[in-house]
Amino acid sequence: MNIAVLVKQVPSTDNVKIDENTGTMIRSELESEMNPLDMYAVEEAVRIKERSSNTKITVISMGPLSAEYAIKEAISMGCDEGVLLTDRKYAGADTLATAYTLTQFLKGKELDLIFAGERATDGETGQVGPMVATLLEIPVLTYVNKIIEITKDDITVQRAIEGGNEIIRTTLPVLITVVKEINEPRLPNLENKLRAKKSKIDIITNEDLKVEEDKIGLKGSPTRVVKVFYPKISRQGEKIAVKTPQEAVAKINDFIKEKGVIS
Amino acid sequence: MKQEHTGVWTISEIEDGTINPVSYELLAWGKGLAETLKVELTSIVLTNKIKDIESLIHYGADKVYYVENEKLEHFYPDTYTKILHQLVEEMKPEIILASATTKGRTLMPCLAARLRTGLTADCTDFEIEEETRSLIQIRPAIGGNVMAKIKTMTRPQMATVRPKSKQPLPKDETRRGEIIKKEFNEEMYQSRYEWINYKKDESIDQPIQQADVIIAGGKGLRRQENFKYLKEIAERLNGAVGATRAVVDMGWIDYSHQIGLSGKTVSPKLYIAVGISGAVQHIAGMSTSKYIISINKDPEAPIFKVSDLGIVGDATEIVPLLAKEIKQGDKK
Repeated sequence: MNIAVLVKQVPSTDNVKIDENTGTMIRSELESEMNPLDMYAVEEAVRIKERSSNTKITVISMGPLSAEYAIKEAISMGCDEGVLLTDRKYAGADTLATAYTLTQFLKGKELDLIFAGERATDGETGQVGPMVATLLEIPVLTYVNKIIEITKDDITVQRAIEGGNEIIRTTLPVLITVVKEINEPRLPNLENKLRAKKSKIDIITNEDLKVEEDKIGLKGSPTRVVKVFYPKISRQGEKIAVKTPQEAVAKINDFIKEKGVIS
Repeated sequence: MKQEHTGVWTISEIEDGTINPVSYELLAWGKGLAETLKVELTSIVLTNKIKDIESLIHYGADKVYYVENEKLEHFYPDTYTKILHQLVEEMKPEIILASATTKGRTLMPCLAARLRTGLTADCTDFEIEEETRSLIQIRPAIGGNVMAKIKTMTRPQMATVRPKSKQPLPKDETRRGEIIKKEFNEEMYQSRYEWINYKKDESIDQPIQQADVIIAGGKGLRRQENFKYLKEIAERLNGAVGATRAVVDMGWIDYSHQIGLSGKTVSPKLYIAVGISGAVQHIAGMSTSKYIISINKDPEAPIFKVSDLGIVGDATEIVPLLAKEIKQGDKK
């Protein structure tokens, strides 16, 4: 089986800066890591490889050169090889431009399964996965929390949707986005760590990929961040040190009554 | 100048013939935008059966287009995308809104990719830029640390909208509008998906993102057993139970209850944070709640900075009593 995992390099969540002019994120090499939710996609791919013969997993990312680090993290968990799509011209891409660029690389690759995390913890859109599937004209299964069966032609999964779980089947090839509860990602073992360290990431620029310039990067993005502002997250709240639980309950009941928040 | 794309659309969600209330919230957003733009508000319905379709008009739609076919019983992204794509090509709306539910967040990216247009995820507010008639889409970014205003250069302008970010308009049964059935040939309903079954999670009465009240617990509850009080309180308030990542990781409660950066993002009317210190990652998932009450032993806990009412006290002593004595507020 031929598997691809799409991963994203994200800033470590506590250290994020915004370029006030472009509204895009300033990435620093030191403070980035693989999107935590992508680890579950990597893990699921590796588990499939472990129980089926002749399976190859390619990790693919689009981002700055420093995203090699995220790709190597995935290799250290058991993926075989890594590809990084990187070019100054790709910078500032929104979800559609990102999906389009990834698709230009993925098409014709004869993949059976493409995995992605539910969403990235920086952009929090969850849009790239379904967009890639649509542009590749293959089905997409989102919010997957369990893979039930994979046969030669199709796949049956369980999806975490509002209020419960849905079981659904579709044909291969397919793009799957997974949620956190699907598995428990492993810690890399020493052998894979060394292999990751030595592995050579395939660097692909737009000279190789030749994507139309009006479809990539900021220029190829239909959405623009026009303004970034800091919300007033602090509230003019009242803070009361209570002496007894009774006092706490009375305060809470008064608040709810006064605000009429519950009907 | 003639504008090719005109009108505001909302994608209604129907489950087993019943309109999901998030559809009415979308209409409230859509109505405001349509009035500013002086265009019609249209709601789109794809379903296998529907009762009470007029209520979409009563809640603000000027027009409803509906597609009814047994093959639309389950959400198949390919079929839904094909049909909506055709409707958009035919009628060319300028704005399309859908709820940021699992369905909306799957369908909208598929549709946007087919239309090669921009899509903004999980918006909490909108504005119209007067001179250009552009939709300004406002959403929290980077864990709610900043808000971003986003504009779409292409048409239609598409966005998913966070549930509970707006109240539905009052129902007006005297409102009249057009309800139009759209039909397609059978091959439009062909799908590569096959639905097998749905198992309701019996521990959840309602999807957490649609609950008006959420009572969430963190490590300050100290023992898993204390979550039973939160469940009782949730039941009394007709709400849902939430949790921090820490307690989910300890196995005290399922991941489906996790609020925050790697869990769910919620905007209930009332959020009660119990024994939660307020890590940035947690606050990212709940800071847009209308009212926030928090209970924590540590007077310096960051959760108090985002709270309307902060109780400094031991959560383990307060929740048992709260479970017995919490009252419902008066309806305003």
